[in-house]
Amino acid sequence: MAKFKHFLVAAPYYLWIGLFVILPIGLIFIYSFHDLNGHFTLNNYLNFFKNSTYLLMAFNSLCFAIIITFISLIVAYPIAWIISKFQNSRDFLILLVIMPMWINLLLKTYAFIGIFSRNGTLNNLLANLGLGRHQFLFTDIAFILVAVYDQLPFMILPIYNSVIAINHSLINASYDLGASKTQTFWRIIVPLTLPGIKSGVQAIFIPSLSLFMITRLIGGNRVITLGTAIEEHFLSTMNWGMGSTIGVILIIAMILIMLLTKESK
Amino acid sequence: MKKLGSALLGIIVLCSLLCIFNFNLNRNTSGAREKEKVLNLFNWGDYIDPSLIKKFERQTGYRVTIQTFDSNESMIEKIRQGGTTYDLTMPSEYMVEKMRKMNLLKPINHRKIRNLNQIDPLFLNQSFDPKNRYSLPYFWGTLGIIYNDKFIKPNSIKHWKDLWSSKYKNAILLIDSVRDVFAISLISQNQSINTTNLNILHQAEEKLVKLTPNIKAIVADEIKMYMEQEEGYLAVDWSGEAAEMISVNPHLHYFVPEEGSNLWIDSFVIPRTAKHFDAIYKFLNFMSEPENAAQNAKYVGYSTPNRGAKKILPQRVVQQRAFYPSDQTMNHLATYRDLGAKIVEEYNDLYLEFKMARQ
Repeated sequence: MAKFKHFLVAAPYYLWIGLFVILPIGLIFIYSFHDLNGHFTLNNYLNFFKNSTYLLMAFNSLCFAIIITFISLIVAYPIAWIISKFQNSRDFLILLVIMPMWINLLLKTYAFIGIFSRNGTLNNLLANLGLGRHQFLFTDIAFILVAVYDQLPFMILPIYNSVIAINHSLINASYDLGASKTQTFWRIIVPLTLPGIKSGVQAIFIPSLSLFMITRLIGGNRVITLGTAIEEHFLSTMNWGMGSTIGVILIIAMILIMLLTKESK
Repeated sequence: MKKLGSALLGIIVLCSLLCIFNFNLNRNTSGAREKEKVLNLFNWGDYIDPSLIKKFERQTGYRVTIQTFDSNESMIEKIRQGGTTYDLTMPSEYMVEKMRKMNLLKPINHRKIRNLNQIDPLFLNQSFDPKNRYSLPYFWGTLGIIYNDKFIKPNSIKHWKDLWSSKYKNAILLIDSVRDVFAISLISQNQSINTTNLNILHQAEEKLVKLTPNIKAIVADEIKMYMEQEEGYLAVDWSGEAAEMISVNPHLHYFVPEEGSNLWIDSFVIPRTAKHFDAIYKFLNFMSEPENAAQNAKYVGYSTPNRGAKKILPQRVVQQRAFYPSDQTMNHLATYRDLGAKIVEEYNDLYLEFKMARQ
């Protein structure tokens, strides 16, 4: 009876997970085995691995995702560390980090178009400094910058949480035992914040593999990722099978990343 | 806790009131539906003059509802899945052909259309719908080149092949549309824009890859913004988009290369789901009245196929060769055909490959 009661209480959650997690993933999986005419086929997968376009695209996406994740990490770690040092105002500072997440990504991206364009803020500044106008929009660097900007909070927050959880007596003990600052950092602090780094990497790497809107608005479709291909297959070519196949491959990549960054016990 | 309870009660009361209100509203409109006094339009965004709708409603007493779509593909998907009650929609020509083949359309009874003779025969009896059994031309336009005369001397660019010139390094804004991008390459090689020959298609793709150093970006609606703000000075886009840009930045000019281009025709069609046939024919007749068609063309900015309307439109509009090209150029224009799923897939794969190419 008690078990039944438990089930009743949990039912909405089961329903939620079933409808919005398991069912969609199942549908993607099923679609990925169908061709344009709705017949069963393995060709989508064969196509992905035989066609140099898709492999190159996967490689490109991987490179961009690694670069974006790495830059986010180097930028986010000091920020998280510095914020944690402000005993009194750190909640407020974290709020400042979170605040941009409340603004729609599309709006933020359009703001960057205004900053990067030929008559935009950045070029006006450079021109006033006598450095001339340059092409920023539609370059790889602009794309990476906007992607990092967008993802940064997802890296700062978990690292910050693990930084404030560090027991300071461990750091003091390290100094007392004669460790230098660098040694303390690499041997004590980094291992203690590793869980934060791992969840930050997980939260950024996978979305970066499938970024699509920024590739078009900031990258001008000169940067093509797997996300762009999925968008195109679903919206313009109507080849849902191939789109789903790329989706399944991304899900598998995600599982691999999860396994690689899993807590070792 | 008490506060929470009363707040909850308030929400429940409000919800039930809204439900009752909604139910009543639905009953009223379904009553109207029985009297066949509605017309459900499924249109592109901002593609009809709203004051014409008001005029139609006043004249006939029908109530017009408008829902919008942003691509032919999303439109056909909604109609194919059923459950909609659209009476009229306006697909592009290749989509008319596809819908016709998929039995998604109902034939148009020509005897009920008064002003059929007003439509320029140039746009009738096209291969996508022989004898116009299912479609009635609404607007038409072309694919062409837009440039800014501050950066490019007029007449220094005339043909599609000029886009490949090394003068325009990293300059071109390209419309993100498979068929249009291939059309550029195919026409510059004197091939049909509806080719199904895979060899020719591969050659066209190779030629497009050679264009990549000149391409600044492959985007869609944003071209308008970038050209108006002079982020770019050379673009390939559709005539109606160009008309809008030019009205904002007079330094911009649009032209259709004389060797040929795509002619697209958006047409009225009656989807399978249509119910209000009286209203449909009243509306089609209303829209093909020359003065109404002219007013609509002034509002929308695309070219009208209605000869009577063209006479009413100001001379300076009709004489613009960019938007109403000479007969000689018109003869070189071609519409897209629906090439079937297999060839379309080939186009798409090659297009993706082209986009992947880096200079």
